[in-house]
Amino acid sequence: MNEKLQPITQALIEKFSAAPQEFAGETSLVLAVESLSAAAQALHREFGFELLSCITAVDYWPQEEPRFHLIYRFTSVSQALALTLRVPVSGISPAAPSLETEYRNANWQEREVFDMFGIRFEGHSDLRRILMPADWQGHPQRKDYPLGYEEPQYTFNFDEIAARKPFAARE
Amino acid sequence: MTDLKEVSYEEIRHLVSDRAFSGETVLLNMGPQHPSTHGVLRLLLELDAETVVNCIPDVGFLHTGIEKNMEAKTYQKAEVMTDRMDYMNPVGNNFTYCLAVEKLTGLDVPARAQAIRVILAELTRIASHLVWLGTSALDVAAMSVFLYSFREREQILDIMELVSGQRMMTTYFRPGGVWRDVPVEFEPAVRAFLDIFPRRVDEYEALLTKNPLFLDRTRKIGVISGEEAINWGLTGASLRGSGVNYDVRKVFPYSGYEQYDFEVPLRSEGDVYARYLVRVEEMRQSLRIIRQALDTLPAGPFRSSNHKFTPPLRSEIGVSMEALIHHFKYWTEGFRPPVGSVYVATESPRGELGCFLESDGGPKPYRVHFRTPSFDNLQVLPKLGKGHLVADLVAIIGSVDIVLGDVDR
Repeated sequence: MNEKLQPITQALIEKFSAAPQEFAGETSLVLAVESLSAAAQALHREFGFELLSCITAVDYWPQEEPRFHLIYRFTSVSQALALTLRVPVSGISPAAPSLETEYRNANWQEREVFDMFGIRFEGHSDLRRILMPADWQGHPQRKDYPLGYEEPQYTFNFDEIAARKPFAARE
Repeated sequence: MTDLKEVSYEEIRHLVSDRAFSGETVLLNMGPQHPSTHGVLRLLLELDAETVVNCIPDVGFLHTGIEKNMEAKTYQKAEVMTDRMDYMNPVGNNFTYCLAVEKLTGLDVPARAQAIRVILAELTRIASHLVWLGTSALDVAAMSVFLYSFREREQILDIMELVSGQRMMTTYFRPGGVWRDVPVEFEPAVRAFLDIFPRRVDEYEALLTKNPLFLDRTRKIGVISGEEAINWGLTGASLRGSGVNYDVRKVFPYSGYEQYDFEVPLRSEGDVYARYLVRVEEMRQSLRIIRQALDTLPAGPFRSSNHKFTPPLRSEIGVSMEALIHHFKYWTEGFRPPVGSVYVATESPRGELGCFLESDGGPKPYRVHFRTPSFDNLQVLPKLGKGHLVADLVAIIGSVDIVLGDVDR
């Protein structure tokens, strides 16, 4: 492991009882969802990780507890360091705190995770779908969501296909 | 025809000011079909006469579920989809994905393949910047630059066709190396480009850099400070235009970038003009990298010989039983990386392009996610555009250099 990263991961392990994981020369920390905001705040303000590179999630369905892992990638430009946090989230009404107040770009990143996985972010200012249409049903990146096939909708079969769409059936 | 559900005012109430509801300001749609939005971007603008009060970007029109699709394909087949994300930088997307697969499997890449990758990635960076230069100048009514910049881009696409058979969607980089060795015509073609291009950059600069009309349209427009820019997740030239020295090639070198001598252009103003200057200078620096990589291009294999993860050469298949078995296993079953996850970042023409790849030990990726620079760079648009005129908003969209395929994936 990088010597400069060592004291930072050590501090996080002690303070938030995080569990380190080593793979391909990289360390990631598994962290409880309760300590996520505090850990992100510490990384941003104390340890100088200015950039939140990426937020994403992994679905371990059919496992339910925890079903999801949220992945946070923090980058410190000035120290040339990067750190990954993994946050397990339950499959039953999945939720995590929003990091929007700490890192502004968490706004869209979290919207994408919400859209794709249905994980809610508490304290988010604008939690709407971002990539899928606003009236879409389901969360496409979940593993129980089938990789579908959509029939092209032309003028001659528009009504026929529209009648089969989930939102039409609902109304 | 069925009734399509409209977005109600209530859903966007928190995004616009109260004046929009009393009729003092106007809500106006810009896009998704609008030439100045560089693709299918829809902006909901709240306007007070011509001044932008609020700007709400609406993306997702090009969402094709690439990440979901990649989970259903083997590692080598999934790569083909990466080209289609950021269509101005197909080679760079392959690059990031291949680096992620190589990190996951612990695959070594021969020095020749690394140098070829660097040359092509830098050529693509120039091609991408040329498209940006032409279109963003067009946005501020400088018509002629577009014609010149596309002339040189064509020369780069010809080189791409020479090495891979394709102009844009090359899929030339493969995990462990490249598809095949570069042909003998490659070096003279790149040298011809290296000879001609420095003069051409001067030509573009002569058209724009000191042009008073261009200065009027770009200086002090869309200003963002370095501290805010990085907090908003800006990367690439848009961040370096605000004075933050973050170039993945320098901070986290990959594929041998540490051995090349180049500078990272920085400006402190943080406006549209600063971003323009940074990108133009980046084209010159890319030329330096290409020249060095071409001068020191090592001989040797172009692909790793670890045939658990790379296909054997065609010539070996006829004479070696093992090669035939490897060939068969590779193309039918695929390969199985160990269980684990990696994140790899590269510097795309637009900023930090990251690939998160998780393996469950099977031949298909369990989860692929691309951290695309345009997605984060676009997010800052409401902040940059507020208080400016609509015409300036167009210049700002051009200056953050978004590709909608990269945003929506």
